[in-house]
Amino acid sequence: MAVEKMSIAKALNESLRLALDTDPKVLIMGEDVGKLGGVFRITDGLQKDFGEDRVIDTPLAESGIVGTAIGLALRGYRPVVEIQFDGFVFPAYDQIVTQLAKMHARALGKIKLPVVVRIPYGGGIGAVEHHSESPEALFAHVAGLKVVSPSNASDAYWMMQQAVQSDDPIIFFEPKRRYWDKAEVDTESIPGPLHNAVTVREGSDLTLVAYGPMVKVCLEAAAAAQEEGKSVEVLDLRSMSPIDFDAIQSSVEKTGRLVVVHEAPVFYGSGAEIAARITERSFYHLEAPVLRVGGYHVPYPPARLEDEYLPGLDRVLDAVDRSLAY
Amino acid sequence: MTVESTAAARKPRRASKRTSAAKKPQSSEPQLVQLLTPEGERVEHPDYSIDLSADELRGLYRDMVLTRRFDAEATALQRQGELGLWASLLGQEAAQIGSGRALRDDDYVFPTYREHGVAWCRGVDPTNLLGMFRGVNHGGWDPTANNFHLYTIVIGSQTLHATGYAMGVAKDGADSAVIAYFGDGASSQGDVAESFTFSAVYNAPVVFFCQNNQWAISEPTERQTRVPLYQRAQGFGFPGVRVDGNDVLACLAVTRSALERARRGEGPTLVEAFTYRMGAHTTSDDPTKYRADDERAAWEAKDPILRLRTYLEKEKLADEAFFTELETESETLGKRVREVVRAMPDPEPLSLFEHGYADGNSLVDEERAQFAAYQASFADSAEEGK
Repeated sequence: MAVEKMSIAKALNESLRLALDTDPKVLIMGEDVGKLGGVFRITDGLQKDFGEDRVIDTPLAESGIVGTAIGLALRGYRPVVEIQFDGFVFPAYDQIVTQLAKMHARALGKIKLPVVVRIPYGGGIGAVEHHSESPEALFAHVAGLKVVSPSNASDAYWMMQQAVQSDDPIIFFEPKRRYWDKAEVDTESIPGPLHNAVTVREGSDLTLVAYGPMVKVCLEAAAAAQEEGKSVEVLDLRSMSPIDFDAIQSSVEKTGRLVVVHEAPVFYGSGAEIAARITERSFYHLEAPVLRVGGYHVPYPPARLEDEYLPGLDRVLDAVDRSLAY
Repeated sequence: MTVESTAAARKPRRASKRTSAAKKPQSSEPQLVQLLTPEGERVEHPDYSIDLSADELRGLYRDMVLTRRFDAEATALQRQGELGLWASLLGQEAAQIGSGRALRDDDYVFPTYREHGVAWCRGVDPTNLLGMFRGVNHGGWDPTANNFHLYTIVIGSQTLHATGYAMGVAKDGADSAVIAYFGDGASSQGDVAESFTFSAVYNAPVVFFCQNNQWAISEPTERQTRVPLYQRAQGFGFPGVRVDGNDVLACLAVTRSALERARRGEGPTLVEAFTYRMGAHTTSDDPTKYRADDERAAWEAKDPILRLRTYLEKEKLADEAFFTELETESETLGKRVREVVRAMPDPEPLSLFEHGYADGNSLVDEERAQFAAYQASFADSAEEGK
């Protein structure tokens, strides 16, 4: 059957299974990805079916994981590596930024780096320090990398397929608190391009732009706003680098108002980039300044405070009201 | 003065006291594998024998002379403002040519930014090495054409790439090997330690070739380690060997042996080529600020080129005509390098936007279009002015 209801976790697992099955050059690498199947079980059962040579448990060394993946890619492999949690990507940040991102350009295009770096990211699961961060802007700022994040099972399935097939390095942020959210996945439909934004709810009064874990919050906010007679459009960005500005622009030129929502700190975040560029593109269509809702410029708070830090329904609706009040 | 005693002389006083109290002189004064003494005498080593024809010996000499000539030309070009920077290999010719000539065509090399001699052995046109130092590119050669990866500037990063590549070689069931070059300074980097870990646990066919040239810019080896570098390998579970890095025959023999071990599926080896960087780290620093005057003089007595020449002459393996011809060839090379570099054009402005991404990128497309329009606006106004 082509259509099946599954969680994001299951969709990623199925997608990785398909990738391993389709292309013998695809490898899975990371800490605990083999026997354990990953701490979130995204790679569950893959080592059993594809062997230790394809699904590789690695030493606990993130720079080593990404650095050796680069070498394997140079040898013709297509490694998909897992960084166990967002806050632990930084030991690998040097390899990602100085090597993975730049080697294709350094070689004047003569070599390709088809490496996918999977990072479960974001808060909302009550974790300890370093297990809940949203560092996507740090990667989106680096030329040579592409940065994406699915918000639902169908996108998780297809975007992973597209990421594995891409000849560019892809930083694949997985919204860990949505891992168990279920949706229908059509494993036979032909998906749109990896970097296209998708309108997930039509509206006429205001546009909400979000990605990953915040799409669900924005859809709930749009539904709540509807009850108050406000028509809110929701765009799922899906890709933070590049950004589908055309899609945002056309939505904003319809609604006249834009609010960008993400978990990451607002300061220097994706919202800043979107606000600036949409202001340039659609200045005369805007009825209100572009507003941003996101995390604060503070170290990620302890779990008992993260509800204050993370944008929730009320904070999004407050921004919607503020925008509409102009 | 021997290489060992030079190392011991620079050891911190406290360390040498403790070493002598523990009576473990072998750890502070390790044996170097040597097949050709600084005086040009052939000596034998029980584990590393080598038997080269006169032709092969002359070939190694030629490689070293031409590499040194190329290096000298590049240094001069930097002084003349033709290059923004140069990292000279002066003094390290034997380490590079010896190891480089141990490689098979299907082996893969991951260099740092000073491996001009290895590049020479791989057949990379030396003028291609100068693009990045002139500032026209970040690596002007196709790495896959000669199995010689681009120069890596971040210290030690490439050891992980080499390890991953070697893991791929093993997966492919190929019997080629991989070699990663790095320096004594890089041995302090986490990536080098991680590459040792990964290569050991996956039994990757990789040779780590550390050119210990005694200085990491102004930091001496004592600032990197308290044990001889080759001994690091033991803790990771693979062999390490220290070779006289100014002895091209020993470098060739030891590297060949390590590569063969990798090919046999026996995993990594660390080779520490004990050598000396006679010049500056790069043309940007001034070694007179951090090195004693007599240090270079002591190492000049161990010059890798001189000792092979002494041997060739003494054993009558090369005649005067050979040396004269090589002199002419060196001058021709220098002239060609000079001409090519001076004629090296700046890249086209729009090339700024090429090669960032393999699959394209809408943001780059947008910025390219804006830049092109901006550039064209000057052309338009020039037209209007006519």
